[in-house]
Formats: sequence, C-alpha cells, structure tokens
Amino acid sequence: MSVSHVAGAFPSPPGGFAPAPLQSTRRNTELLLILAAIGITLVSLMLVEASQEQALTWDLAKYGLTYAALFLVAHLAVRRFATYADPLLLPIVALLNGLGLVLIHRLDLADAENARFMGNPIPSPDANQQVLWTALAIAGFVAVLVLLHDYRLLARYSYTLGLIGLVALAIPALLPSSLSEVNGAKIWIRLPGFSIQPGEFSKILLIIFFASVLVAKRDLFTTAGKHFLGMDFPRARDLGPILAAWILSIGVMVFEKDLGTSLLLFTTVLVMLYIATERVGWLLIGFGLLAVGFFFAYQMFGHVRVRVQTWLDPFADYANTGYQISQSLFGMATGGVGGTGLGSGRPAQVPFAKTDFIVAAIGEELGLIGLAAILLLFLVLIVRGLRTALAVRDSFGKLLAAGLSFTLAIQLFVVVGGVTKLIPLTGLTTPFVSYGGSSLLANYLLLALLMKISHSAREPVLPRKKPAPPIADAQTEMMGRE
Amino acid sequence: MNGPLRKVAMAVMFLVAALLANATYVQVIKADDLRTDPRNSRVLIDEYSRQRGQISASGQVLAVSVPTDSRYKYLRTYPATPEQPMSPLAYAPVTGFYSMQYGSTGLERSEDAVLNGSDSRLFGRRFFDLVSGRDPRGGNVVSTIDPMMQQVAYDELTAKGYTGAVVAIEPSTGKILAMVSTPSYDPNRLSGHDGAATSAAWDELNADPDKPMLNRAVSQTYPPGSTFKVVVTAAALANGVSPEDRFTAASNITLPDTTTTLENYAGSTCGSEPTATLREAFARSCNTAFVEMGINTGREALAAQAEALGIGEDMSIPLSVAESTIGPIPDGAALGQSSIGQRDVALTPLENAVIAATVANGGVRMKPYLVEQLQSPDLSVLAETVPESAGQAIAPEVAATLTDLMIGAENFAGGAGKIPGVQIASKTGTAEHGSDPRNTPPHTWYIAFAPAQQPTVAVAVIVEDGGDRALAATGGSVAAPIGRAVISAGLQGG
Repeated sequence: MSVSHVAGAFPSPPGGFAPAPLQSTRRNTELLLILAAIGITLVSLMLVEASQEQALTWDLAKYGLTYAALFLVAHLAVRRFATYADPLLLPIVALLNGLGLVLIHRLDLADAENARFMGNPIPSPDANQQVLWTALAIAGFVAVLVLLHDYRLLARYSYTLGLIGLVALAIPALLPSSLSEVNGAKIWIRLPGFSIQPGEFSKILLIIFFASVLVAKRDLFTTAGKHFLGMDFPRARDLGPILAAWILSIGVMVFEKDLGTSLLLFTTVLVMLYIATERVGWLLIGFGLLAVGFFFAYQMFGHVRVRVQTWLDPFADYANTGYQISQSLFGMATGGVGGTGLGSGRPAQVPFAKTDFIVAAIGEELGLIGLAAILLLFLVLIVRGLRTALAVRDSFGKLLAAGLSFTLAIQLFVVVGGVTKLIPLTGLTTPFVSYGGSSLLANYLLLALLMKISHSAREPVLPRKKPAPPIADAQTEMMGRE
Repeated sequence: MNGPLRKVAMAVMFLVAALLANATYVQVIKADDLRTDPRNSRVLIDEYSRQRGQISASGQVLAVSVPTDSRYKYLRTYPATPEQPMSPLAYAPVTGFYSMQYGSTGLERSEDAVLNGSDSRLFGRRFFDLVSGRDPRGGNVVSTIDPMMQQVAYDELTAKGYTGAVVAIEPSTGKILAMVSTPSYDPNRLSGHDGAATSAAWDELNADPDKPMLNRAVSQTYPPGSTFKVVVTAAALANGVSPEDRFTAASNITLPDTTTTLENYAGSTCGSEPTATLREAFARSCNTAFVEMGINTGREALAAQAEALGIGEDMSIPLSVAESTIGPIPDGAALGQSSIGQRDVALTPLENAVIAATVANGGVRMKPYLVEQLQSPDLSVLAETVPESAGQAIAPEVAATLTDLMIGAENFAGGAGKIPGVQIASKTGTAEHGSDPRNTPPHTWYIAFAPAQQPTVAVAVIVEDGGDRALAATGGSVAAPIGRAVISAGLQGG
C-alpha cells in the first residue's frame, strides 16, 4: 500500500481498538481504495458479460461508469464535509454495493434468458433501478454530510425522531394488507409507482432515540438493584426502556410478521443498554425476554413454527416451505470452494435471489472464498464502526456509533445465517448488496452518520487553520508517491 | 463504556466466525451430498451442454441426444421407428423422460450417472476427454427389453384403449423382456428446449385423469384376485396338500366368526359334486374351496410363502418398485378373503410376473432386472448384469405340481389368442375393487408362462376396470388374449 508509511508512523496499540493519534486525513487512502473497488466491480461486470452474453455490451458502460461516477462524488463530499472520517468505511461500502450491482445485473440476464425460454416478455432490468437507487442513496449520504454539521444536534431532537421512527414502523401494520403486504410480510407502504419499507429508516431513528435516552438517563440505569450471582441487576422500575423495546419488537413480529426486524431492533437496543450501563445483568434480562418472546411466538403463530421446522429440515417439505432454502443450499454447495465463476452458475434458481438471497448467489458464483471475502469486508466495516465508538469522546456519539455498527452486524448475521441455514430464515436484506431502494438509502444514511461521528472522533481537538484545498493536495501526494 | 464496546466487537467477530464455519460446512463438508441431490436441477442444466449416452434395446435406439443449434447443445430425443410411430410411448415406462424443467424418471433417472458421464467407472475416459479438450460424453445403457414383445404388448393394450400394464420376464435369468403401461405419454414432449411447450405438456399430462405418466407396471399395486391362488396353492402344497385333496364345492362360504358370506364367481357351484379336488378348484378358480384351503394352511405359512416370492421386498430393477403386500391379515375372515387375493393383498404387475417366472423356473426366484449392459461412449463394456437368484422360493416338486395345475387352468380358461402347438401354463384373475365392488368393473389379470415344460417367457397382464367388457369382464376374456399375444411374440423372437 502506498500509504504504509502513514500507518507505520502511528502503529496501533495492542488490542487494536484504541484510537491512534492521527493527523493525516487519509483521504488519499480512501480514494485509492475506492478506485480499487471500482476496478474490481468493472472487472466483475466484464466477467459476467463475457460468460453470459459472450460479448461486451453497452450495459457495461452504463452500469460501470455510473457507478464509478457516483462513488467519486461521494468521495469528494467526504473530502469536503467529513475530512477526518475513517478511510475504510466508504471504500468497503463501495465494493459491497458494486458487487451487489454486478450480481443483480447477472440475475437480470438470467431472468431475461428464462423469459426468452418460456416465451414471456423480457422483464425490465432491475440493475437499472438499483443504479438509480444507489444515486438516490448517495444523494442522501451527501445531504447528511453537508447538512448535519454536528451529529450531537440529533440528541436534541431525539424524542421527535424516536416518535417519527415509531410511527413509521407502525404504519404498515395499520394499513390494509393490499397497501402493505408483500410476500407475507406487512412491512411496506405501497403507493402507486413507489413503495418504501419504513422499517429500514425507523431502525436508525430508534437507535438515535435510544442512544440519547440512555445517555441522558444513564445514571438511573446504573443504579444497582439486586446483587445476584456476582452481577448487579437493575431495579425493576428502571426496566422501562428495555420493556419498551421488547413490546416494540413483539409488535413488529405479531402485526407485521417480520421476525428479522423484530430481532434486529431488540438486540440492538439490548447491546446499547449493555454498553451504556456496563452491566451484564441487562444482557441476561434481555436474553430472558427474547427467549420468552420467541417461546410464545412459536406457540402462538403458525408462520413462526413453519420457519423453525423449515430450518430444522428444509427437505421435509421441499416443494413448498423448504424450496427456497433448499435451492440456496444447492446453489452454495454447487459453487463449492471456488465458485462456478461469475455468470457461470445458476443463481436464478433461488427465489428472491436479488433481495433476501443474494448471499446464496455470491456463494454459488464466487464460492466459499467469495462469501468469506464479503463477510470479512463486513467484519472490517463493523469493527471500524465500533472503533469509531471507542475513539469518539462523547457518550452520545459512542452509543450512536455502537448502535449503528451493531445493527449492521446483527442484520448480517440474521440474513447470512438464515440463507446458509445456521439459524431460521427471517426476511432481511443484505446491507448495501441486496436489491432495494429503502434498504440502500437507509444504510447509506447510517453510513453517513457513522462517518460524521468518525470525522469528529479523528478531527484534531485544537482548531487549526483551514486546510489547503484537499483535491489539489491529493494530486500532489499521488504524484509524489508513484 | 469502552470495556463493553471491546466485548461487543469480540462478539461480532464470533458471529462472523460462526457464519464462516457454517458456510464451510455447507460448501465443503456437505457439498457433495447437496450437489448430487436429484432435486438440484443445476447439475441437470449443466448436463444439457454435454452429450448424454444412449438407451437402447437389442440394437433399437430408445433415447439419444441429438446436437442442436440452440444454446443447449443437445436435444434429448426418443426416436420413433419408421414402422412404429408410437414407439416412444411404448417405451416411455422403460426410458422415462429427461427434462430440463421437471427432472427425470425411468432409466434416465436410475442410470443417470452413466448416461451423464459422471459415473466413476467412466473416470479414465472423462479424464482423457478433459486433457484432449473434448467435451465429455456419457456412457450408454443397453436394456433387456425385447422390442418385439414390448411393441406387441403396447399395441394389444392400446388397440382397445385399455388402461393397464404388461410385464414379461425371462424365467431363467430375471431379464425384463417387456414393461408396458397404458395410457402412455411421449417423453419427447417433456425433453424439448421450448419451455412454454414443455410446461404446457407437463400440465396437460399431470391434469389427465388417466395418469399417463404413472408407470403402472412397477409403481402401482392392484388386488391380484384369483392370480393370488398360485401363491396360496404353493403354500398349501408345501404343507402336504395334494392336487387330489377335496375341498368344498358350495357356491358360497361363511367367513369364520362372521355372518359374511363369500361366493364363487357368478354364484356357481364348483362342478356338480358337493366337494371338488384342488385340481378342479384351481382350474375353475372356485373361491369357496380356496377360502377353506387358505384357512387350513394358516396365516404364517401363507405369509412365509409370500415373502419367499418377494412380496414385501424392496425391489430395484434399478427403477424403484412399489412394495407389494399381503396386508396385516388380523383374523380368520381376513385370511379367507386374502386367500382369493382380495382384502388388503396388493401386488405390482412386476411382482405378479415374478411369481409366474418363479414357478416357471422350478421354484428358483431370479431377481428381475432391466439393464443388460453399461457401455462407455466408445461402446466397450463397462458392466454387465449377472443374473442373480433370490433363493428357492418354492420347492422344485411343488413348482412342478403348480405348473401342472396352471396347465389345467389355461386349458379350462376361455379367451382368444391360444397359440397352436404351444402349451401355456396360466392363471387368470378377476379382482374386485373400489367402494362398491359389485357395481365396479373388475380389474382383470392373467399370469402365465410358456412353453409349460421349458419356459422361456413369463408374463403378467393387468387391464383395469374390466377393459371393454365392463362388469362382465374376466381375466380369461380380457387379459388372457393380450398375455398370449405377448408370449407368442416372445417365442417367435427367441
């Protein structure tokens, strides 16, 4: 790496999480890594074209160049408005988004071929839509960077934001099914020509709300209740927030049939509570509540039981409930260690390959190696986010960064675990990779917040003179190193 | 807050490690099982770009992959012979179909590893193909079918629009010479590359109430009716009964511990005397005498005889065969009904052919098989099926006596198609079924072998629901002429 001397100058202390005293903005590292991500995406697009169409088509230019332009814009915005942000976050997301786009394009080609085979009209390519959504998401990302001068301002509006999040989360449950239900989950607001999943945004708003409340009332929750089994348990009257989160999660599960979001919300709040209070007792109470919730859900709801039975033996009801997960396993097993190669597998055999099951497509065409690479990219992204939480000085920032990072982690675990049959399947998208506008936009907003926090964590405390124009700076540095 | 943050980071690493471990389990450790699962159509789709081997019978090609210009390089074709435009339908129960969308059945499925070239016995050649850069090809399957018998059996069944099945076996080896099920279907309709046409054909075939894709010869069981008297007689003879022993000739008999009566066909008595010999009862197929004899023989002896003949055995020819059964037989009444092949007794046509073949082969039961030879793409022999005995199911002298009784039955039985100069040994059956058996046309059966003294062919014929004779149908009038025609074709060819 051309910037190794920078890292070498400030070696991380043992343990790896403590913030290194950084003065460099490291924006050039980011640019270089983004260029690498763009390069990998372009090569992957070419591979897909070569093996599927036997020729390079205009799709390559259309998708590749738009994608490259979008991330260069994002990079420039970061240079200007989050100058000191962690340089790994945006390139990792760029690569994840790029590979997602490649796979969606690849699945479009499979759909078109299938339509030709069946004599149906060829569907319009979803990759077009995904590129548009990426543009929208990057616009949202840039808007947050530009407009949100200081993330601490969010704490001031936490109750408002929390309320909006709650209402948005509840709307699909209140709407008639015709306006909110897709494939059994009532998590949509469907308007003519336009649909959104408000839950994706509620997630972020609720994390902001809980971070603020937990910071404000932190002393309350750390007040020791009973001391038991060597741990401090909270007093019963302080259980309010966790019970609220629990009821919220149960509500999502019951009224919207969305196990994934339910699990995501509850565990995120639980982990934030644990970080805020440093008391393991909360975790025990939380997991107890989780167990109780799922026990009753299993007893009372057919769809939960079906999910569990399908998880235990997907082949028992192969033709119906087990079909999707069986196809996913077949695909990944056919891919094996090295994968079939991009464009050479049959990932379209898995229903919902572009959204919930995109990980199966990765496992099939890129193999265990590709899947492991994607997982490690996510791990670095999440750990970098948690590292931001460690580095930032204020408690609100710490909790917010931790909550946002952990929610990515749990979403990754729930969706990849579901698709690979480690845990029962719940419908969630893979952040940044899956097809879907709401998911993309929400996750880019999440990324923008994280980068803002990272920026203030790494920004030198002493006010400095206004730095030289960053773009010119980048160019001279690049020239100097080559 | 930093302490818990570090712990959360560790927990996240643990979660990702768990995902990686599980992905390794799926993609490495379990990968082979999942990859080769028959429901995994990815492998099938890949195979379309390779030349699949042939299925043939005595030099006649039953299934072949023809090169095409489409993206899938080969089209699986089931060619019709010039003289027999319907031959793909006649052979469908043997070949099965091979479809991109709907998987495969028949030999296409059970010999898939050889046909698609993935069988380990083809490894050397596959390796050579790989090195030489040639697309790997699949091996060939040579079936035991006698094309003449197969075609005659199909033509006979379809001539009058019968729903039924014919199985013919070579008694000394167990070779399956004919395996026909009607109505049948054209497997070419399912193997095409036009997905819309294929799925239309699939929907139509599945919606057809006559179930043309059901291989009745091996996948369907039927009450054997009077043909089961062969098994009951074998058990009784082994227990010391002789053909001259006398049993009731009454027109009906009350089943033990019940008030239910069971009567002879058309309510007739068995000859003019109050009792009849076994020989006469067998020839006339008198139910009352067999109820008495079956009850005397006992459940254990009957069950043991049935088991020795392969009833209840898991058979694979290598197509999987539905399990035949004599049912639980809880009491004497059930034993009485089972003794005339009713109640819960249910046999596949294949199993009934095996019973005839076992009697023909001096009581030694040969395992039936459909694959004569497996060949590599260059036609050298990879494997040849060696006939395998499943043991002495019936003592030789009992088999000889049974042959004698079956000659009597054949000579008593009516129906067309007797072959001059050839003595057949047979047993007919007319089996009641359904919820209102008196008013439901019976299934008619015919099991036979010939020539009686040096048998070379054994057959089982079933025609469902009385064929064209409705309630008046009998095994002799409906099924027997078909069986005789198939035997005749077999004797001419052999």
